[in-house]
Amino acid sequence: MTANPLVAIRNVSKKFAGVTALSDVSFEIKRGEIHALMGENGAGKSTLIKILCGVHKATTGSIALDGAETVFDGPQDAEKGGIRTVFQELNIVPQLSVAENISLGSLPLKSGLVDRKKMLKRAADALSGLGADLPLEARAGDLPRSSQQLIEIARALMGEARLLILDEPTASLGENESRQLLSIVTGLARRGVAILYVTHRMHEVEAIADRVSVLRDGKFIETLNAPMDEAIIVERMIGRPASSLYQHSRREPGRELLVVSGLGSATLRDVSMTVRAGEVVGVAGLLGCGKSDLARACFGLHPVQDGGIKLDGEQIARPSPAGMLERGLVYYPSDRRTEGLVLGRPLFESMTMGSHRPAQITRKGFLRTQKEYELAYSIAEELDLRPMQLERTSGKFSGGNQQKAVLARGRLRTAKVHLFDEPTVGIDVGAKADVYRLIDNYADAGHGVVVISSDLTEIIGVSDRVYVMREGRIAAHLAGADISEENIARSFFAAAPA
Amino acid sequence: MTATLSPERTAAPATARRSMQFILTTGLLPALLILMCVVFAIVEPRFVDGSNLLNVARQSVFLLLIAMGQMIVLINAQLDLSVGATVALTSVVVASVTAASSGGPESVLLGLGAGLLLGVVIGLVNGCIVAFWKVPSFMATLGSTSVLTGLALIISKGAPIIGLPMIFSDVLATSSVLGIPVPVLLGVVIAIGMGIFMSRTVPGRNMYAVGGNRAAALVAGINVKKTVILAFVLCSVLASLAGILLTARVGSGEASLGASFVMLSIAAAVLGGTSLFGGEGVLWRVVLGVLFLGVLSNGMNLLHVSSYIQELVIGMVLIAAVAAERLKRVA
Repeated sequence: MTANPLVAIRNVSKKFAGVTALSDVSFEIKRGEIHALMGENGAGKSTLIKILCGVHKATTGSIALDGAETVFDGPQDAEKGGIRTVFQELNIVPQLSVAENISLGSLPLKSGLVDRKKMLKRAADALSGLGADLPLEARAGDLPRSSQQLIEIARALMGEARLLILDEPTASLGENESRQLLSIVTGLARRGVAILYVTHRMHEVEAIADRVSVLRDGKFIETLNAPMDEAIIVERMIGRPASSLYQHSRREPGRELLVVSGLGSATLRDVSMTVRAGEVVGVAGLLGCGKSDLARACFGLHPVQDGGIKLDGEQIARPSPAGMLERGLVYYPSDRRTEGLVLGRPLFESMTMGSHRPAQITRKGFLRTQKEYELAYSIAEELDLRPMQLERTSGKFSGGNQQKAVLARGRLRTAKVHLFDEPTVGIDVGAKADVYRLIDNYADAGHGVVVISSDLTEIIGVSDRVYVMREGRIAAHLAGADISEENIARSFFAAAPA
Repeated sequence: MTATLSPERTAAPATARRSMQFILTTGLLPALLILMCVVFAIVEPRFVDGSNLLNVARQSVFLLLIAMGQMIVLINAQLDLSVGATVALTSVVVASVTAASSGGPESVLLGLGAGLLLGVVIGLVNGCIVAFWKVPSFMATLGSTSVLTGLALIISKGAPIIGLPMIFSDVLATSSVLGIPVPVLLGVVIAIGMGIFMSRTVPGRNMYAVGGNRAAALVAGINVKKTVILAFVLCSVLASLAGILLTARVGSGEASLGASFVMLSIAAAVLGGTSLFGGEGVLWRVVLGVLFLGVLSNGMNLLHVSSYIQELVIGMVLIAAVAAERLKRVA
């Protein structure tokens, strides 16, 4: 028995071209514990993970593995030391089978050829060790994201794994899949694997973490023990007392702005929804229930076969993004990187893209670039976007600030209905508060707001009314005091009405 | 063993990487162009002769027009392989139309009109195939290359079309305004116009968005199909204009004209820093890319380098340009 912790991070600092990403971080990870790592975007979590798994080298300071100081010369080295990482972006080859993906990079061979039997057995063992059941021969690309994540975890645990680093593993999972993943993680810790769990979701930390370490602005703040107090963690993360995250004023709803009736498509079944002026309507549901497609259908991104969409009294025959924006309906996509921004171009271009004419920054067909930049700058200021160097390429901004750039769209044109699709996925607490403030302000100004979210707390926090979707249908419609975690969650699973 | 590194050791590579990045992104092409001019001037004094420099400009105009079109298409994350065949068909059509005309001043306008209209049609067809049928532009324009070449051969019956009115060549090839040949003047004016179009108009800016992230452009309310079609139309019209000027210069309509422009236009655009993956490219740098190739070929001609070797050199320059573009991404 050794008294040494499994991993000791000692005074680790990291500089990138003169910019300090981490400064003097020290904490320890014990065997078999679930250790949560929290902090706002840009706090240094990713940098620390990359040092632990050998992608980056610390500028100063050291890592001790089992009490012995170690320098990893690349990811293979860290892997040999038993440190495995599952990043947010999954490394799955969609064309290959589940079993092939699990053995990716280390296919078992028999006389130079792939030993299929051994490969299948290995995959079956790995998955049953996780308590997961996946079809071994199915194409990985055909499986939902939650299953792909299990493939990654199974692959990461091959051989002697002692520390598993999970980087926001539930960011793109629904409630149900998240719960399943959390129980798998707890099971692994019970088998003695230490887990470093990076997340923005407070309730997950409360549910499974033994300890939580908080980073802020590249500095180590504190390691807290379970049981966790959410308010304290948030305060440590943002550096000031956590006032209420959600802002929700009392309003009288006005006329009907968006009326969806009997919508039917590949994923939607007879969906009807009404959004009135001055109210926030939440749409909750598990992953794949069609809640995102409902918004995309209204915006013309999801083809529908039946039903009608009425915007402020006008029946829309064939919705298209350009046409809906012109009529005052804005959709903010859930995936900023694939549908929100042009990552390789300056951020202000992504902010104003598609809105040059409505924002009146053209004159006789020519762009008024000076005015364009000033307008983008003033909106960025209003949304507290940082850093204010809007000529930097979009890809260089953190998630929260990228999201704010996408949200600028609604401020550049006259809009009356806003559809937010997972508006706070992967963004930090400070940016979340800004987003909720914006949502509330829109409703106060008499706009209709729809918030689609897998985060129940968020739905309850912002909504005046809530639709719950299940298998493409509206399973429940809740208002006022009926909006509660229990009522919503019950509708996720209840048997479909006959 | 410790993970400690002295600050000096990390600072040095960072500075080196930054200067490397600067050279690769901004300074490399102008530096190489100047260097090449200096070398040619020293080795072969005839290179700096005024008439020779004007010659470089006159020879580069055709490639300039086509490379600008190629750049616009590349910025949209597309590719136009049919520019060479567009030049050929335009040449044949323009020659046929003007040869059949009265030969008066109006035959110049007739030729220009027919050629440019043809460019619009070719661009519309290419653009619509790519935008509506979702055929990858590589395949769509490879196919249209074959169709256009076939048409050019059918119309010309494989022989040069002669009998163009003198005035056609007089106006579009040999005349000068203020000592500047008309084709060069046209090239400069159009380059300035295209530069303004790409950086200062909504459709121009939309092209960067569509090429940089098509899905995001769609969600932001940009008409992606219209933007892509417009890019192909602009590219084909510019190629047709090059075809008209080339026809005026050689004085006959030829189905064999222009084949080399496919590779050269991509080379010039990429040399000028245009990304093969869309969303990136600046017009004035593409002008430099064209000048680079023009000076290179002129210098080699003056030094009596055989055309076989010239072919080889151009190929290596293209590969080096693409490799530099990839390095730029890594750096």
